[in-house]
Amino acid sequence: MISYLEFEKPIAALEARIHELRSTADTGGLDLMSEIQKLETKSEQLLARTYASLTPWQKTQVARHPQRPHLRDYLAHIFTDFMPLGGDRLYGEDAAIVGGMARLGDRRVMVIGHEKGHDTQTRIKHNFGMGKPEGYRKAVRLMELAGRFGLPVVTLVDTSGAFPGVEAEERGQAEAIARATEACLSLPVPMVATIVGEGGSGGAVALASAERVLMLEHAVYSVISPEGCASILWRTGERAADAAAAMRVTAQDLLQLNVIDRIVPEPMGGAHRDPAAASQALGAAISEEIDALSGVPAKDLLHRREERFLAIGNL
Amino acid sequence: MSWLTRVRNSLSRTSKRDTPDNLWIKCRSCGEMLFVKDFEDNLSVCPKCDYHGRIGAQERIGQLLDPGFSILPTPKVKEDPLRFRDSKKYPDRLKAARANYPYGDALTNAVGQIEGKKLVLGVQDFGFMGGSMGMAVGAAFVAGIERAIREKCGYVICTAAGGARMQEGILSLMQMPKTTVALRRLKAAGLPYIVVLTDPTTGGVTASYAMLGDVQIAEPGALIGFAGQRVIQDTIREKLPDGFQRAEYLHEHGMVDMVVHRRDMRETLARLLDYLRPVATAA
Repeated sequence: MISYLEFEKPIAALEARIHELRSTADTGGLDLMSEIQKLETKSEQLLARTYASLTPWQKTQVARHPQRPHLRDYLAHIFTDFMPLGGDRLYGEDAAIVGGMARLGDRRVMVIGHEKGHDTQTRIKHNFGMGKPEGYRKAVRLMELAGRFGLPVVTLVDTSGAFPGVEAEERGQAEAIARATEACLSLPVPMVATIVGEGGSGGAVALASAERVLMLEHAVYSVISPEGCASILWRTGERAADAAAAMRVTAQDLLQLNVIDRIVPEPMGGAHRDPAAASQALGAAISEEIDALSGVPAKDLLHRREERFLAIGNL
Repeated sequence: MSWLTRVRNSLSRTSKRDTPDNLWIKCRSCGEMLFVKDFEDNLSVCPKCDYHGRIGAQERIGQLLDPGFSILPTPKVKEDPLRFRDSKKYPDRLKAARANYPYGDALTNAVGQIEGKKLVLGVQDFGFMGGSMGMAVGAAFVAGIERAIREKCGYVICTAAGGARMQEGILSLMQMPKTTVALRRLKAAGLPYIVVLTDPTTGGVTASYAMLGDVQIAEPGALIGFAGQRVIQDTIREKLPDGFQRAEYLHEHGMVDMVVHRRDMRETLARLLDYLRPVATAA
């Protein structure tokens, strides 16, 4: 059962009607096929039209969709033989950031990403994908390990932001994020980052300072949440839709601004409608990117990564 | 002119409204009324309670460097790349911030010496759009470091910022990796990087170059953190601990090396620069 977003209500109504007709046809033996087909076409067209012209705020909602595939789904669909590694060796284990070795086809890689959880229990366990310092320090540990053993680093970013809490501040949230960003920029192996859902501020950058940055079609990436931006600039969170538009948070905008390198298309109606297909497209894109970088000397990889970020904002 | 006219004329020159603003200042911490001149002579630190007032880039540079320093120009960047508009247009906000402001944006570099030790000093000014980090700040940071590499000297930065500049959206966020790239180059050149955290330093600035110093210094009482206190309070719905996110709290939690009074800052930096002399590198 798909949960519909506010702007999907007309689609929901059509799909409900189709469902109704189907069950009537099943029980009553009536021939409603042509009617159903007509409605299906209409519904598909409406879905296509809606998703072709999503506003930045609507995309934000899609990126946050409760059924959107998360790291867990991508690990299951894209990678094999995942061996999760735990702990930062300093304080603890943070389930908001998950990482370990895995195979992508026949490539050995290090996968690191945010996990938001998919129901109440797992959302609490993973702290809604909001990393704490120990999570970012674990990421640094895994990146260094990957660097030593020549494993390309694949990150999947999906966080509303790093956790804003007393204990996170106490243990140096800012420093942990800064070091993780530095670790990305120091990797002697290829790094491919993908924003798969929300790319929220520093908590996202810490895992996304790569030479190749991809985004799923309806993912968003921003310096602050639209609500946060609106509450600071307009003094009310109600203007979130305006803030999302003003900040240019969509993959399409960010490709134009040269902040990202590639958009990975999602199944019609968003990744949540077909997680397997979304994963397949993402897996293929990441594989291509890694293959294109394999054999590039470490010195050149570092140089590419540096030039990529130094160029941002230059006239 | 009678004595009465003389007195009357001299009185009328300062209107009642102006007097307290111009001559007196109320300490933001203890509330003591202070003579502006006394306050400024004391490096804008309250002589009564040691509260460290926020100071602009010009004053800070003057306080720290030996006479004879030179200010580096603010690098030009693409202005208003997103054509951002909230209740005002971003270019209008920039124009307002630049009125009566001596430099180009929130981060200004100077080349000079402290007690004879050469350095490039970067100073962030909270008075310029909350010190916020946008492309101009990122470009100035990179330019400051490039200059330090050319001069074979250290880079010292005094940070002050509410965080990233929202009007530049994602491009302000990209300054986090950008400044970090520059720092890697400084370190590779065997040159020291010293951070002086001043009030306030928060958000994306803290989560990038402000926390990557070889040595981390904080001014007493400075607010330093990643998340804003209101955001944290809204998340945990509890009272925040006393002194939370203040310089002393960070020191206690191992996040800064030392908390240094403003009057001792010059001497501290000079000693550090003497200890952390540039080493010869292969490159």
